[in-house]
Amino acid sequence: MKRYSRELTVAIALSALLVLLAIFAPHFFQPQPLLARLTAQVPVLVLTIGMAVVIISRQIDISVGSQFGVCAVVAGLMSAAGAPLGFALLTATLTGTAMGALNGFLVAWLGLPSIVVSLATMVTWAEVLRLFQQGRFINLPPRVQWFGFSQLVGQASLLFFALGLLGAMAYFLKNRTGGRHFYAVGSDSEAARLAGINPRGVTMLAFVLMGTLTGIAAFCNMVQSPQVDPKCGVGLEMKAIAAAVVGGVAVTGGRGGLWGAFFGLLLLATINPALTYMHVDAYWEKAIQGLVILLAVIADGLRTKRSAA
Amino acid sequence: MNSAPLLRLTKITKSFGAVRALKGVSFELNSGEVHALLGENGAGKSTLIKVITGAHKPDGGILEIAGSQVSDLTPTRARELGIACIYQQPALFPELSVAENIGLRLECGATFGCVKWKKLHANALRLLKQIGADIDPDTPVHSLSMPQQQLVEIACALGSGAKTVIMDEPTASLTRTEQELLFGVVHTLKTSGVGIVYISHRLEEIFALADRVTVLRDGESISTQAVRGAEGSALISETDLIALMVGRPVSALYPLKAKVTGKPVLELCAVGCEESGVKEVSLTVHAGEILGLAGLVGAGRTELARIIFGITPADSGTLAINGAPVRVLSPRHAVELGIGYVPEDRRRHGLIMQMPIDQNMTMAVHPKLFPNSLLNIRAETALGVHFIEKLGIKASGPDALGGSLSGGNQQKVSLARWLATKPSLLILDEPTQGVDVGAKSEIHRLIRDLANEGMGVLLISSDLPEVLGLSDRIAVMRGGRLVETLDSTQATATSVMSAALRSA
Repeated sequence: MKRYSRELTVAIALSALLVLLAIFAPHFFQPQPLLARLTAQVPVLVLTIGMAVVIISRQIDISVGSQFGVCAVVAGLMSAAGAPLGFALLTATLTGTAMGALNGFLVAWLGLPSIVVSLATMVTWAEVLRLFQQGRFINLPPRVQWFGFSQLVGQASLLFFALGLLGAMAYFLKNRTGGRHFYAVGSDSEAARLAGINPRGVTMLAFVLMGTLTGIAAFCNMVQSPQVDPKCGVGLEMKAIAAAVVGGVAVTGGRGGLWGAFFGLLLLATINPALTYMHVDAYWEKAIQGLVILLAVIADGLRTKRSAA
Repeated sequence: MNSAPLLRLTKITKSFGAVRALKGVSFELNSGEVHALLGENGAGKSTLIKVITGAHKPDGGILEIAGSQVSDLTPTRARELGIACIYQQPALFPELSVAENIGLRLECGATFGCVKWKKLHANALRLLKQIGADIDPDTPVHSLSMPQQQLVEIACALGSGAKTVIMDEPTASLTRTEQELLFGVVHTLKTSGVGIVYISHRLEEIFALADRVTVLRDGESISTQAVRGAEGSALISETDLIALMVGRPVSALYPLKAKVTGKPVLELCAVGCEESGVKEVSLTVHAGEILGLAGLVGAGRTELARIIFGITPADSGTLAINGAPVRVLSPRHAVELGIGYVPEDRRRHGLIMQMPIDQNMTMAVHPKLFPNSLLNIRAETALGVHFIEKLGIKASGPDALGGSLSGGNQQKVSLARWLATKPSLLILDEPTQGVDVGAKSEIHRLIRDLANEGMGVLLISSDLPEVLGLSDRIAVMRGGRLVETLDSTQATATSVMSAALRSA
């Protein structure tokens, strides 16, 4: 049980918040708004999955917000030009994969620090997007939103897809040797190398995966609205990082899991509506989110200190 | 010499956990004297230096500096009392100039946080002149050679008013002429009344420089004697010193040696690597055999292991595994070829500290234990439990983190990793370093069991009794070359040590 103590803590905090809501604001659990709020988190959840893997490998990718914007515009333009949804998904995913591969190449093969590399690509992609799209929204044909189905079916299928992806990736990380390698490299890449693992390949894979998931996330975002906002990715990297960190993925690498990150995301995403429903001034939202992140990092710090002693 | 000695240590003891690094060392340094400190790797020299410089607090014994007893020495206090240490790798700021480095160290040349460049420069120049070093104070340190950097360190020591200068293998990376330069400086220091503790593995330097020599062995000071008589004739021979350093009976507790050995599992022919300084090494390890690799630290043993394991691939010579010539290009490749490696720096790279021990054990096994790359968590836990029992690992369970174990138990976990893969060649680099006596003999037995199961073992160890007791054959390296291969029945501590030390 000790291995999952952090996941449990976050899950308990989330449950406590939900119980509070159930007592003081039962409106929160009205099916339709709840489903809408959950679906709105699907793109961030997909990003969080990738980010958790990147952080477990002791790297960081702050360019995902910009990458997300690029992928969204690519998918949007494809759809607007009349391409089928599957093709839009494919192009967005390939675009994301290519951008992830660039980050991965610079970090894994040239040995550059990932924070600097992804800062550079973050700025670059954002500027490319600004020059190319100049802030124009892309109007989508009606068949795109909710895949052309009813809103309920669209939302449900997005949620099922996201949870399926989460389950599959969590299984991969925990039960496949390839998943274990992320933990090994993130804990101690030299020790992993001496055990016969190829740390470069593993690091590369983490970034490529992040890019692929970014493309998928951008697609999941597009199908929820009638337009594509080229600025839709701004700040998403921070949400994904925060969710992973709150959920117990250690920024020092090698520790944490996807279920924890999932609970972390839900906790952070519940704070805002909770405040609204409990009639607390919404201005507190960011401060409280910040506090939660700080608590998570402090908990990690204490835990590391204890295990070192 | 009317005054008290600069330094007097009486029966100093120091333990780290169960390891008794110093078991009662007495040492004395007079003003104007070069006192050499000699001993095998692990005899306690480094610990002793750290006690003198205040980095370690001794558990017992008396430490006197300039006649007065000091009980709570800190590195800062030691510096104030005039003790300076010059390490093999100078600890200077590479991007700053020589003058800036000296100024920083001496905390001079600045008033109220303002740097007085002229004063800084003049002071550096004066100190460098004093030791006869021809270095421009404005040169950035990174463009200086290693010995020049050492001279800067010495200038710092001098400038801080050091009365005691400790030199830890100062010549290890120097060329002949650079050595001469350093020796000159040592003489200058000596005549100005500074006392020098001189540590070196090169016996000829001790005869050239030292007035007295103290031999450490197993954390005890064995003997202190004058090197030269009044008329300059040597009072002690190289052979005497080596005998003093190794002079202990080899423990009879080692497991029985191999009776038969099988086919060669590893054959090296004139293998070399420019980058790591290994030159033309030829050797063979047979199945069921333990080949001990002896030599001093820096003789190229670990470097050779890293070549075989593909960390720094060889750039000359040929290498064959199980009779088939191969080029080992990466550790991953090496594992596939059936080579296992337990690295020297276990604390850092032998084990993933924040991973549970069962996962650590299966780390290198993945392809063999888990076909289709599917992890079987239950089988993994079972494997953990199995090896915990088989090797007598003291841990709370297979999910205990690697970092929570003691040194000996960590070592067993990293051995278990390779036991599970059953490699045909296992390279062990200092497998019992920092391991307490009990666990040590268990590990020895384990290594022999592995060989008996048909594994070829290449054992790198600086622990002479271990090499002699455990190995079937002993290869000695010096300066990146393999200089001698001895059968363990003929090898003695003295023959191995003199092969490792002999002045070339």
